[in-house]
Amino acid sequence: MTVPADVDVLSTDVLVIGGGPAATWAAISAVESGSRVTLVDKGYCGTSGATAAGGNNLWLIGPGPRREESMREREVAAGGLTDAEWMGRVLNTSWDRIEQLARWGYPFPVGADGRPMRSSLQGPEYMRRMRRKAHRGGVHILDHHPALELTTDSGGTVNGANGIARQDNGRPWRITAAAVVLASGGTAFLSGSFGTNVNTGDGLLMAAETGADLSGMEFCTAYALAPEWGTHTKGRMLQWASFYDEHGQPLAARPGLGGRQDAKWALTNGQRVFARLDRAPEHIRQTMRDAQPNYFLPLDKAGIDPFVTAYPVRMVYEGSVRGTGGLRLTGPDCATTVPGLFAAGDAATRELITGAISGGGSHNGTWAIASGTFAGRGAAEFGKRRAVGATTERERVGLRPGSRDAPTVDEVVRAAQQHVLPPLRSHLKSEARLAESAAALDDLWRDVSGGLAPVAARDAYKTRQAVAMVAAARWMTASSRARTESRGLHQREDRPAGDDRHRHRILVGGLGEVWTAPDPLLPQLLSAEAVA
Amino acid sequence: MIEIVSAAACIACDVCVKVCPTDVFDRGSDGVPVIARQSDCQTCFMCEAYCPTDALYVSPVSVPVEPGSPHADENAVAERGLFGGYRELVGWGRGRTAGQLLDKNATLKATPPLSESYLPVPAPVADEPWNH
Repeated sequence: MTVPADVDVLSTDVLVIGGGPAATWAAISAVESGSRVTLVDKGYCGTSGATAAGGNNLWLIGPGPRREESMREREVAAGGLTDAEWMGRVLNTSWDRIEQLARWGYPFPVGADGRPMRSSLQGPEYMRRMRRKAHRGGVHILDHHPALELTTDSGGTVNGANGIARQDNGRPWRITAAAVVLASGGTAFLSGSFGTNVNTGDGLLMAAETGADLSGMEFCTAYALAPEWGTHTKGRMLQWASFYDEHGQPLAARPGLGGRQDAKWALTNGQRVFARLDRAPEHIRQTMRDAQPNYFLPLDKAGIDPFVTAYPVRMVYEGSVRGTGGLRLTGPDCATTVPGLFAAGDAATRELITGAISGGGSHNGTWAIASGTFAGRGAAEFGKRRAVGATTERERVGLRPGSRDAPTVDEVVRAAQQHVLPPLRSHLKSEARLAESAAALDDLWRDVSGGLAPVAARDAYKTRQAVAMVAAARWMTASSRARTESRGLHQREDRPAGDDRHRHRILVGGLGEVWTAPDPLLPQLLSAEAVA
Repeated sequence: MIEIVSAAACIACDVCVKVCPTDVFDRGSDGVPVIARQSDCQTCFMCEAYCPTDALYVSPVSVPVEPGSPHADENAVAERGLFGGYRELVGWGRGRTAGQLLDKNATLKATPPLSESYLPVPAPVADEPWNH
């Protein structure tokens, strides 16, 4: 293997790609297993991603009968696509990890009964502490080091990654590793939803290039409500809202969380919608502010008192960050279909615990903790059993610049977004629109295959982000066509009912040619109710 | 989006250059950061939380504000007391209590919404200049 002289070359036992909760839990877990760990983040580990910006409520249930009850409730809601064994392990491990977080000094509040309240994590505090814990444990953290590709040996086993240091004029780096954890997040297609613009599906592309399968990409269709002019998709407070038209007249909407669905329906049909928190009893308003300060912060800055004045809302796409699709997992250690490659957090499918419905901030937050732990341990153990082979160089779309008249990054991003962001593409689908998107996205893939227009060295990751969005849009479209029914987040106006023949997960993959197949591993359920 | 770096308040510590997850700032020749890539800003307020001197203002709007908007006017933002708001809520800075300690999510879960609005209709609709 020859490496140009200006490349920064490093080696480690476990390489973690990403900087959010799943990445930091993976890094800490691999260190606990005795491995040397390097973590590379496209942004800054501590502020990157959906959790740092928005925080998490957790699906956190202690040992006892309530745990099984909650699993049963979830599998019914989740459309029968979950796996009871995974749910049990995730609840178990996340409970233990949160106990540890408390012992490390995390400032959990105490309830009126004197007991700590641990089911909610404030984003900046949580991620700052996770970074510090990883750093003090000896994890080598490299910020602003986007990975551009995974490398493999002659046998196809992942053995590291290549990338750039964007704050060092795009200086290239190469890290060899005995195992890699992808915890690079989901994809929200640069929609601007709160804190997700680093989540562009880069990891999904890198993994698929080494042959990894994905699952559940038809469920990458979550939307949230934000102010019309803003990005703050903190919709939970809207359970205390009434919704109005532009004249301040009430819309027909259910009280509580269902009202958000009714508001989305009106927005999908092209109406303007205004929200006012006038169903919040006076005595809980300060509690609401304390619980979700970053819902109120942008409204305060905009001079709007949402308890008194109705403000306009829009639907913002949250993609697979709140949806459930991602890399297919093949073992309890979060192994993917590619040897040496493990996936955690939103980069992995969350169907195993939340099926066809959004994991929101809670199930996904819990998933990040548990899957990060499994993947970090799994990668550490895998790495101990092997010698790292030499890298076989491979061609990747968008790594080499194309000609000057090749499409630009912005053109490709906009073209991919057109087939994903509009509510009539993802919130409510139809075979006619999906077929149209599939054809256009196939053309777009051919257009980018020869490379994109050249960019500055420090921006090389933006080219790969654009390619990742085209690839993810194609997987989402193909999976959505394969699921000829409606289930959970996947709603087809031409197939409005569920179909028992589709009570399985759908796998998808491929770059030049996209394929789909039913997952041969069927969902494992506790309750007969979920299959009824 | 990020709109204001207050040169008067900035101590040129470079924390914002380091922590911005979308790499919006460059260090300027005088040490004060410049907004080099505003279009990459994702309005996550993280730089405000980390800035030790409350020198940054991120407008709540997801695109650059129009010329003449109060959201890009350092004096107007200061008069409204909007510098440093997020850092205060998070509870960072000397002598502050972690905002996390105030979080009573469990109380919220136990409080259902009222079945109807307690306010009259039509609802007043936001349309002031600050409202964007």
